[in-house]
Amino acid sequence: MISLTHYLTLAAILFAVSIAGIVLNRKNILLILMCIELMLLSVNLNFVAFSHYLNNLHGQIFVFFILTVAAAEAAIGLAILVVFFRNKRSIQVQDLDEMKG
Amino acid sequence: MSFEAWLFYLFALLLISSAIGVVVVRNTVYAALLLILAFFNSAALWLLLQAEFLSIVLVLVYVGAVMVLFLFIIMMLNLKVEQVKREGGKYFPFSLVVLFLLIVELIIMLQSSLFDKVITTSDTTKNIDNTAAIGLLLYKEYLFPFEVAAVILLVAIIAAIMLTLRRRGDVKTQDIEQQIQVQSSERIRLIKLPSGRQGS
Repeated sequence: MISLTHYLTLAAILFAVSIAGIVLNRKNILLILMCIELMLLSVNLNFVAFSHYLNNLHGQIFVFFILTVAAAEAAIGLAILVVFFRNKRSIQVQDLDEMKG
Repeated sequence: MSFEAWLFYLFALLLISSAIGVVVVRNTVYAALLLILAFFNSAALWLLLQAEFLSIVLVLVYVGAVMVLFLFIIMMLNLKVEQVKREGGKYFPFSLVVLFLLIVELIIMLQSSLFDKVITTSDTTKNIDNTAAIGLLLYKEYLFPFEVAAVILLVAIIAAIMLTLRRRGDVKTQDIEQQIQVQSSERIRLIKLPSGRQGS
């Protein structure tokens, strides 16, 4: 029988893989955005698993809101990426030094 | 092992392997396609968890909108392969060690008996289906956050459009503002022509 721990372990592995992806693809903003999507997916998996095993629907409502915010984040992030590429002809992270922060 | 367990392991294996593929593959288009595969497998897992509304929403929103946007951006930017070359080398073993430690820590923590007892809370929405239950909860208890989410999406739309809007000077375009502000007196111009009388 599949228990809650199975799902939590799966989500933990997914989260760790996406963190490794951010470390590994540090130069490419596009891949970093994709890894952030994967991290959100693993968090959502946790929410849905808890919602199922605790028999409580509020977790699924939270997944709904996380999906909304993630969609907005992806849209704005990609728009910033397009503007950045238009100005700099590159999507490398080390070229993101306009603001000298 | 039951059929459900087989399905869980199948989808979990596919999910993990496609996530690893997203991380290690060189071509960004392949990474996006593997991410779509990961979303499909995750939707299947959510179906196993009887969250059918959210699993359909995941496919519609992520695969249908967000990943299509990603693919569109990737193809529009038209990156050269050497432009997306990653820095391999010295940080790669370090990141693998960190990844391994993180996974081991999380699994050790999860194997403890912390999550074994399932607390069943009072559930009044047991005999209606998942979509109806979510709808009831969303429109009764979470009405205000729902509207805030709508406003967030609206702000995202406006921000994305305003960020990528570009006015080019070298092409002829309609000026909508000028067009809708035109007066009727500006549409017709009466000019005085001398009459065609000869010799005057």
